[in-house]
Amino acid sequence: MDTDQLIRSLAADNAHRAPRVGAVLTMALLVAAPLSILIFATFLGVRADVMSAMRNPFFDMKFAVTLSLAIPAIIVSLHLSRPEALLRGWGWLLLLPVGLLAVAIGSEAMMAPAMPVTMRLMGKNSRTCLIAIPAMSLPLLAGALFGLRHGAPSNPALAGAFAGLVSAGLAATLYASHCTDDSPLFVATWYTLATAVVTAIGAAVGSRVLRY
Amino acid sequence: MRGREDEWTGLMRSAMAGDDAAYHRLLKAVTPVLRAAARRGLARAGQPPDQAEDIVQEILLAVHLKRHTWDSEAAFAPWLFAIGRNKLIDALRRRGKRVFVNIDDFAETLPGEAPQETASAGEVAAQLGTLPQRQRDVLQSIAVEAASIKDTAAKFSMSEGAVRVALHRGLAALTAKLRDH
Repeated sequence: MDTDQLIRSLAADNAHRAPRVGAVLTMALLVAAPLSILIFATFLGVRADVMSAMRNPFFDMKFAVTLSLAIPAIIVSLHLSRPEALLRGWGWLLLLPVGLLAVAIGSEAMMAPAMPVTMRLMGKNSRTCLIAIPAMSLPLLAGALFGLRHGAPSNPALAGAFAGLVSAGLAATLYASHCTDDSPLFVATWYTLATAVVTAIGAAVGSRVLRY
Repeated sequence: MRGREDEWTGLMRSAMAGDDAAYHRLLKAVTPVLRAAARRGLARAGQPPDQAEDIVQEILLAVHLKRHTWDSEAAFAPWLFAIGRNKLIDALRRRGKRVFVNIDDFAETLPGEAPQETASAGEVAAQLGTLPQRQRDVLQSIAVEAASIKDTAAKFSMSEGAVRVALHRGLAALTAKLRDH
C-alpha cells in the first residue's frame, strides 16, 4: 500500500471520534474501584474506633497526604498522556504529599508525643500496610494503565510510574481508614515503601503496555 | 516555517470539526516533511533511507489513532513532531540500532522539503495480509481502489456503518501489528 493510499483510508475514517483520555481514565478507575473496595471490605474494614479517631488530626492528616498524592498523580498522568508533554514544570506536584508529611512530622514532634519515636515509626501494622496497599492498588493500577493506553505517552515507563502513584494513592486512602497507626512517621515510612513498590510495578508494566 | 505550521494547525482544527477534505490535505502536506525527517534520522543511525516510508506510514497511523490527544488550543507541529520522533526511535530500536538521545530531525525548523513523491512501504502491506478478510476487503477498497464508503458498502452488501467500523478496526489492528511485530 503506498502512502497516498494509506492517507486516503485515514481521511475516510476521520468521522470516527475517540473519547478523551480523561474520560477513559475516569471510567476505568470507576470500574476498578469496586474490586479494591471489595478487597478492603473482605480483609480489612474500617477501624473500630473510627468515630474517636476522627477527632485526632493525625488521623485526618493521613487522608490529606494520600489524596495529595493521588489527585496530582492523576493530573500529571493525564498531562503525560500527550505525546509532546514533558514532566518538567509538573513534577513539583509530587512535593505536595511530601511537604504535608514534613509539616505533620514536625508538629507531632513539637506536641511531646506519648510514644517514643521508634514505636511510632514501627507501629503495629507495618506488615499489613506493605501487603494491603499494593494488593488494593492492583485493580486500580490495571484500570489506570488501561485508561492511559488510550493516550500517547512519549515515555511509557514514566507514565506507568504515575499510574502506579495514582493507584497507590487511592489504595492508601482506603487503607488509612483501617490502620490504627496514625503517626506521620509511620505513614512516611510504610506508606512510602508500599507506594514505591506499586510505582515500580507501574513503570515496569507501563514500559510494555503504554507504547502506542 | 511559522506560516506553514499555522496552516497545519488550522487544517487540523477543521479536520477535528468534521472536515474530511481538510484532514486529507493536512496529511498530504505533512508527509513530505515527515519523510525528509525520517530519512535524516535513518542516515544519522547509519541505516539505508529505503525504510523511511515504513516509518512515515507508522507515524501517519499513530497521528490518526491518537489525534484525540491533540489539544485544539495548541499548535499542531510540536504534537506531530513528538509522535514522529517517538516512531523513529521505535523503528531504530526494533532494528537493534543504538539510538542517539537528542534526535532533532523533527525539530521545529526544517530545511526545504524533499520533492513530492509517494513511495510504497513493505510493512503495512505485509501486515494488511494478516487482517481478517472483511477489514482487509474494506481497506483495500477504500485505500487502493479509492472507493467511497458508500460504494464500498454497496460492493460488499454491508451497511455504511459496518464499513466504517471495519475500516477503523482495520486501521487500529494494523497499527497494533506494526507496533508489536
